[in-house]
Amino acid sequence: MSRTDEPIVLGIETSCDETGVGIVRGHTLLANTIASSMDEHARFGGVVPEVASRAHLEAMAPTVEGALAAAGLRLSDVDAVAVTAGPGLAGALLVGVAAAKAYAMGLGVPLYGVNHLAAHVAVDQLEHGPLPKPAIALLVSGGHSSLLLVPDVAQDVVSLGSTVDDAAGEAFDKVARVLGLPFPGGPYIDRAAREGSGTAVAFPRGKYDDGTLDFSFSGLKTAVARWVEAREAAGEPVSVADVAASFQEAVVDVLTRKALQACARYDVKDLLIGGGVAANSRLRVLAQERCDAAGVRLRVPRPGLCTDNGAMVAALGANLVAAGVDPSSLDIPADSSLPITTVHV
Amino acid sequence: MGWGGAGEGLRLTFVLVLAFDTATPAVTAALHDGDYVVAESTTVDARRHGELLAPAIEQVLRDSGVRLRDVTAIVAGTGPGPYTGLRVGLMTATALATTIGAPAFGVCTLDAIAYATGQTGQTGEIDGPFLVATDARRKEVFWARYGDAVTRLDGPRVDRPDDLPPDLPVVGAGARMYAETIGADRVAGPEHPSAGALAALAAGRLAGLTVEEAAELAEMPDGRIDSVEKARELGVLGPPRPIYLRRPDAQIPGAPKRVTA
Repeated sequence: MSRTDEPIVLGIETSCDETGVGIVRGHTLLANTIASSMDEHARFGGVVPEVASRAHLEAMAPTVEGALAAAGLRLSDVDAVAVTAGPGLAGALLVGVAAAKAYAMGLGVPLYGVNHLAAHVAVDQLEHGPLPKPAIALLVSGGHSSLLLVPDVAQDVVSLGSTVDDAAGEAFDKVARVLGLPFPGGPYIDRAAREGSGTAVAFPRGKYDDGTLDFSFSGLKTAVARWVEAREAAGEPVSVADVAASFQEAVVDVLTRKALQACARYDVKDLLIGGGVAANSRLRVLAQERCDAAGVRLRVPRPGLCTDNGAMVAALGANLVAAGVDPSSLDIPADSSLPITTVHV
Repeated sequence: MGWGGAGEGLRLTFVLVLAFDTATPAVTAALHDGDYVVAESTTVDARRHGELLAPAIEQVLRDSGVRLRDVTAIVAGTGPGPYTGLRVGLMTATALATTIGAPAFGVCTLDAIAYATGQTGQTGEIDGPFLVATDARRKEVFWARYGDAVTRLDGPRVDRPDDLPPDLPVVGAGARMYAETIGADRVAGPEHPSAGALAALAAGRLAGLTVEEAAELAEMPDGRIDSVEKARELGVLGPPRPIYLRRPDAQIPGAPKRVTA
C-alpha cells in the first residue's frame, strides 16, 4: 500500500556487473532500472572487474535518469539515497558509492550505505509485504552462497553458514564451460537440464551430512569435469542434458536440504530465497516441495528482483529510514568484504 | 549561471567553479570565483579517494561560504591516473552536476599540473618546454610534453620512464619516483595536481566560452569522437570522461583446464 507520506528512496547497486538503480516509496516499487555489462564479460568467461567498473561509470547517470523517468519523478523528489557499500568487487562498488554520496550531498538528503546480502533479503518486501520476524534466508548467486537468520533485516542479520569454496552460481558457470555452454551458465544449464534426468549421474553432494550449515561446490564441479573427461577419453557420447540435470540436482538438493535444516534448527517457519540462482526453475520447485512437506512458508521474489538490482538497495534503505537508523557519513568506504553482520555502515 | 552580451556569441561572465581531482595519490578540491581560488583542500592518500573526496568538497564549500547550488560549473580531472581513484572524481562530478543543474567538465590532470608551473610566485615555476609525468603503476608513467604551462604538444601517453623524451625538465610524481632513471637534475615543479590550479585553468577557459560551446562541452555525448575533437578545438575543457590509455586486463580463455591427468 503506497502512502504519499512515505519516503522516496533511490537505491544504487554496483557490486558486480549490473548497474542497478531502483526507486521505492516506502516498500512500494516505483522503478527498477538495470544496465548490465554482462555482454562485455561473456567472451572472457567471467566478470572482469575493470570492465565492470568502467561500465558502471558510463551507465550510472543514464540509469538514474531512466529510473526517474520510469517512476515519473524528478531527482529533487528523492528523500534518501541508499547504496551497496559491500560486499562485492572493490572498484565496482566504489563507483556506486561515489555516485550515491554525490547525489545525497547535492540533494541535501541522507545517505545509507547498506549490505548487499541484507538488500537481497529486504527486496522481498516489495513483492510479498513485510518480512516475517524472524526468517531464514538462503542467498545464492555467482558471488555468494549463504544461509542467514534474519530477526530484523534493518538491524540484525546472523550468518548461519556459507560456502567454504565456490559460490553456487560460480559452480554453474564452471560446469557450463565444461559442457560447452555460454557464460553466465545458470540459465543455460537450467534450460539444458529440462531435457535431461537429474538422476542420470550420481554426482557428489559436498558437506551433505556434516552437520554444519555450510556449503561446498568445488568438489562437485571437479567431479562433473572428471566424469565428462572420462566419457570423452573412452570415446563415449556425453549427454549435456543429463549432466546438466544431474549437476543441477546435486546443487539444489544441498541448498534446499540445508535451508530446511536451518529452519528446523532455529524453529523458523518462513524461508526466503534470493540471489541470481533463485531464478533457477528446479531450485524453486524442489524448495517448494520440501517447504510444503516441512510446513515452512516459502518466499521467492520474481527473477527480476532476485538478480542484483537497485530496488533491493532502495528497499533496505526504506527499512533503515523507517527504523530511524542514523544515516551514513560522507566518508564511508566501499568494503569489498563487508560482513553480513554489518547491515548498514 | 551568469551570461553577458546578447544573441549570437553570448559569453559566460560569471563563474563559480568547483574543481576536484582524484587521478593521483592526491585528493584535491577547490573553489574558484573567476578571479581567485577561494578555498582549497588537498590530502595525499593513494588508497582512500572514495572516502576523502566528498568531505573535501564539503570542506571547501564551508570554507568559502558558498552553497553548492550556487556553483556554476563543476570540473574534474580526467586523468590519466590509476583507474579506481580516477573514477571517484568523475562519478562525483557527473552526479553532483545533475543535482544542481550545472554543467560538468573534464580537464586532463596533466594539464592541471602543467598549469601550476606557470603560476607566478608558485614554487616550481618553469621557463620553457617540459614534461609532466605521473605514476601509472606497473613501472610506467603517464606523461605529456608541454611547450609552456598551458600548451600541451604531445600526449597524454603511458610509457616506461626510460622511454621519456630526453633532456627536458620533468614535473610531477613520476619524475620523483624515477629520478634515478631520468636524472635527478631533471626533476622539477610540483609533485601532485592541485584543484586550485585545475579550477583556475578551467575558470579561465570557461570565461571565454560562448553559451553554445559550454553547453556542447558539458553534455555527456553519445558520439565520443565528436566531442573529443570538439574539446581539442576549444582547448583544455572536455566532457567529464576518463582517460584510461590502457585496455582492461582480461584474457579470452582457452579450453577448460583438464582435471584428470
